[in-house]
Amino acid sequence: MPASARSAVTLNLTPTSLPGTGREVAAPAPMRLTVAKVNFFYGAKQTLFDINMNVAANRVTALIGPSGCGKSTLLRTFNRMHETVRNARLEGEILLDGQNILSQDVTLLRRRVGMVFQRPNPFPKSIFENVAYGPKINGAKEPITDIVERSLRRAALWDEVKDQLHKSAYELSGGQQQRLCIARGLAVEPEVLLLDEPCSALDPISTAKIEELLVQLKDSCTIAIVTHNMQQAARVSDFTAFLLVGQLVEFSPTPHLFTTPSDPRTEAYITGRFG
Amino acid sequence: MNARLKWRKFVSAFMLTMTGVCAAIAVSVLFFILGHLVYHGGTSINWAFFTKLPVPVGEVGGGMANAIVGSAKLLALASLVGVPIGFFGGIYLAEFSGSKVAFVVRYAADLLNGVPSIVIGIFAYALVVLPFKHFSTLAGGFALGLMMIPITLRSTEEFLHGVPRALREASMALGASKWTTISRVVVPAAYRGIMTTILLALARVAGETAPLLFTAFGNRFWSPGLGQPTAALPLVIYNYALSPYEDWHRQAWAAGLVLLGLILMVNIVARVILSRGVAVPRS
Repeated sequence: MPASARSAVTLNLTPTSLPGTGREVAAPAPMRLTVAKVNFFYGAKQTLFDINMNVAANRVTALIGPSGCGKSTLLRTFNRMHETVRNARLEGEILLDGQNILSQDVTLLRRRVGMVFQRPNPFPKSIFENVAYGPKINGAKEPITDIVERSLRRAALWDEVKDQLHKSAYELSGGQQQRLCIARGLAVEPEVLLLDEPCSALDPISTAKIEELLVQLKDSCTIAIVTHNMQQAARVSDFTAFLLVGQLVEFSPTPHLFTTPSDPRTEAYITGRFG
Repeated sequence: MNARLKWRKFVSAFMLTMTGVCAAIAVSVLFFILGHLVYHGGTSINWAFFTKLPVPVGEVGGGMANAIVGSAKLLALASLVGVPIGFFGGIYLAEFSGSKVAFVVRYAADLLNGVPSIVIGIFAYALVVLPFKHFSTLAGGFALGLMMIPITLRSTEEFLHGVPRALREASMALGASKWTTISRVVVPAAYRGIMTTILLALARVAGETAPLLFTAFGNRFWSPGLGQPTAALPLVIYNYALSPYEDWHRQAWAAGLVLLGLILMVNIVARVILSRGVAVPRS
């Protein structure tokens, strides 16, 4: 995409930084993902209505909202995981670096846009094999052991598992399993990492570790995270999108959204009046 | 009130006893059969029984080496026919087919499972024996293989369904195609269960006599290759048990004991496979 086109997108869609909020928003980053006029249906039931937003490169973008608001559905469209569900239908465009993902080869797309799920879902294989799976099926050129070590280090798990790489992944704790799943996702070097409530099944200490990890990963990755936990969104994200019954109510820099929401519904939600 | 309470206690005790007795009968049938086989056949089991050919009536000794080898060959052939078709059919059913196709295939498999084994035998006779113009190991193995298809198919399907959706999603999210996901994640996760049922299916057809009556037919001698009639343990039991000779009756009991022993062993191995190692969490 030429620089001019990218800046036009930036102008139109980047949430502007707000002076005077006390927290400076980082300088506008180029857009990695652009969601344009997305409508989503399960059979005849529409679950997303005319969503327009974008995900800035090397930033953390959080999707929040009450249960059933469509935040997970929206996240799953970013790597077309919605297609694994029968009767799911998507209208509109989702651009990854300016290219419509819907017209790309889905397996190549998912290599570039990785995903971590709500419950840790390691394969019933060894720790090593879990991380090696992605590079193996995608035909990595680098030695697999190097990739495994690097990915486990990036997921802050290496020191805990380096002596037991051939143990079953199920012997790890829930928090370790989730970091293993992150390492598994990182092993294919995705440009974007999607996380669907990655901490909802974890204890506070494991949660803190993963949050810390997300902030570190920003340097090399673009992150979109669905979370049920508003404090988590406030802690880790640079931008926050608030969804309500399938509509994008507000999309702003995180400090802005949590201190001076512009929509009364956002305010009601973040102050705990519903949800 | 007191009478009512007494009555309820009585009913409770009665039902407890009755269900317990039924359970005990169910278990004791197996032990009764085993005991009977050991009692009648145990004495005829010796080294020669496993290594020698049958001898003519009146001569002492002899064994059933040909029937044991024949059964093994039949089962190997049956696996070659039944396992791939059942296994890949089960994969199709669990992973690819729409619900309508799945319903039809599942229903057909259940019907096939219910087809009397003698009818399977007639079918194999018409399809394999008639064109080749003689009874053969091939025909017997084919008939047993047909019986293995529905069992393998249905249980493969069931065990694949038991693999959590989350594992498939994890694999697909890493850029794996559907087939890669199935072959490298889903099937390995269900492999233990599938192996078990394949073994149980084998054990099940190992004892079948009817499909072999006019396919494998039986043989008093070695059956070279796959194109000749062959002896098989269930056939020998059938023939010897119907004979008027005391000697042969004893040998039939012994053959029954060997057959049951083999089946029990396969069952135990299957259970061990199923219970060992990491279990995949159910979704």
